[in-house]
Amino acid sequence: MHIMPALAVDLAGLHLANPVMPASGTFGYGAEFSNYLELNKLGALVTKGLSLNPKAGNPTPRIAETAAGMLNAIGLQNVGIDAFVRDKVPFLQQLSTPVIANFFGNTLEEYIQVADKLEHIDVVTAVELNISCPNVKQGGIVFGTDPAAAAQVVSEVRSCLTKPLIVKLTPNVTDITVVARAVEQAGADIICCINTLTGMSVDIRSRRLRLANGTGGLSGPAIKPVALRMVHQVVNAVSIPVIGVGGIMCAEDALEFLLLGAKAVQVGTANLVNPGSMVEIITGISEFLSQQGIVDINDWIGNLNG
Amino acid sequence: MKNLKTVVLHNSEVAAGYYRMKILAPGYTSHAAPGQFVMLRIQQHNQPLLRRPFGIFRTGTMPAECNELPQREFVELIYKIVGSGTTLMSTLHSGDSVELLGPLGSGFSIVPQIENHLLVGGGIGLVPLYMLAEQLCKNGAKVRLLMGGRTRDDILCITEFERLGVETYVATDDGSLGEVGLVTSVLQRKLARFPEAAVYACGPNAMLAAVRTICHAAGAPLQVSLEALMACGVGACLGCVVPGSEHSEAKPEYLCTCSQGPVFSADDLLWPTPGGQHGE
Repeated sequence: MHIMPALAVDLAGLHLANPVMPASGTFGYGAEFSNYLELNKLGALVTKGLSLNPKAGNPTPRIAETAAGMLNAIGLQNVGIDAFVRDKVPFLQQLSTPVIANFFGNTLEEYIQVADKLEHIDVVTAVELNISCPNVKQGGIVFGTDPAAAAQVVSEVRSCLTKPLIVKLTPNVTDITVVARAVEQAGADIICCINTLTGMSVDIRSRRLRLANGTGGLSGPAIKPVALRMVHQVVNAVSIPVIGVGGIMCAEDALEFLLLGAKAVQVGTANLVNPGSMVEIITGISEFLSQQGIVDINDWIGNLNG
Repeated sequence: MKNLKTVVLHNSEVAAGYYRMKILAPGYTSHAAPGQFVMLRIQQHNQPLLRRPFGIFRTGTMPAECNELPQREFVELIYKIVGSGTTLMSTLHSGDSVELLGPLGSGFSIVPQIENHLLVGGGIGLVPLYMLAEQLCKNGAKVRLLMGGRTRDDILCITEFERLGVETYVATDDGSLGEVGLVTSVLQRKLARFPEAAVYACGPNAMLAAVRTICHAAGAPLQVSLEALMACGVGACLGCVVPGSEHSEAKPEYLCTCSQGPVFSADDLLWPTPGGQHGE
């Protein structure tokens, strides 16, 4: 007889019943998926990136399918923080799953204003600071590719937040460990990596770029090896917990990130392909650990054979 | 709305480049509304990665395989081979596994007081019009289908519409079936005869824009069913948006095709000004 392994993880005071949560921007505000999976079975729910004012997003086409992946240039379209509180929070309040609010600003001042509002929304358990969106000119990646700018925004946001602060990093840098150390020193509680890789797709029949924005963020199974390498680097470079993300489609993929030392994982593109995938991944992790005779997932996390 | 792990019942070519697929789909006869669509996953590997959206052609029931079993509900799709996904789809056989997410989106609204209804289809755009015609005919309304295509190969399922009691009119670019020319010329004539008619259209964007210009000038209410690149189909990724009527570069306003559409009132969308361009 197999014992059901314990799946609970603790990330710098953020307690999760299991290590699986959606990647921001692939799961709407949660309600969109309520017909397809039991939201309370998720380790956490991560919202679409929120900004001070509503944002309409980029021109179309915004997506393109690529080999084992997809490019997107949505442009952080979102309802804005006030509409989030008015229209989305009442649904989230009915859930037992912790809610992580992803947010961004066009300016340092906007980052601070949104952080201050999130601090006072009870349903928000933790926040995820996006300094890594490749698809908007202002904000996002401007902060994420410069270690000094990244440290400044983290430290300013930190000073108005008591909730756990996750910082989501971009892979579009020469050395991700430099930015990782900078945000750790500036007060980040948790690092999440990686966001999408900047890419491009060309249509040879129309002789046009497939995305109206020109470039977009590459996600899906195509980026998993890059994500694993960067998570491995960051885990070894910092002492705060790391959330691994990039191309996870199934339980085996998630188990790879966890074995490298990621304390939790985010699932992104898989939600778009199969809206029920996160629950399947949680079940698969449990079954695999059980087969391996591992009773607690924390005995798996970081337990790579040297 | 759910994700069904199900099987193909039938898949065959019906005209050059066009296929028809029946999929086992419990619940669809009572839940699918005219104009809705499904997201179909045809394989478990990563290539192609994303599901494909398909308009629902019709739903129905097949006799049980033996006396003790219930009837089998199915959903039927008609699709055109356009790329790697549909090419792979055309190789599926009865009994092959697929995943069916749906029925999705918001379909056609039917105004019961309107007597005459003009359905305008361009090529594969005929797909979502069949269930609409079925519903309108059931309500006792007068339904006319105006179908356009490049050649006779692009004109599908006309006799099936006729069996519902729909009057059909065909126009092809090369005159290989029906009259020579564009379906929009047929629409102009029919609207002149039935100025109180409601119009419903699905087809290429250029056809939809021409239909919109005609209906706008005639003051006829128009609903259009749009096609878009989609990733999720449930309103989460925001990849499939289209510009809304108030959209401008300075103040962008987008509508989500999968969750707010795929059927829109033409007045809610931004249309190119004749002779000009927008957006693209």
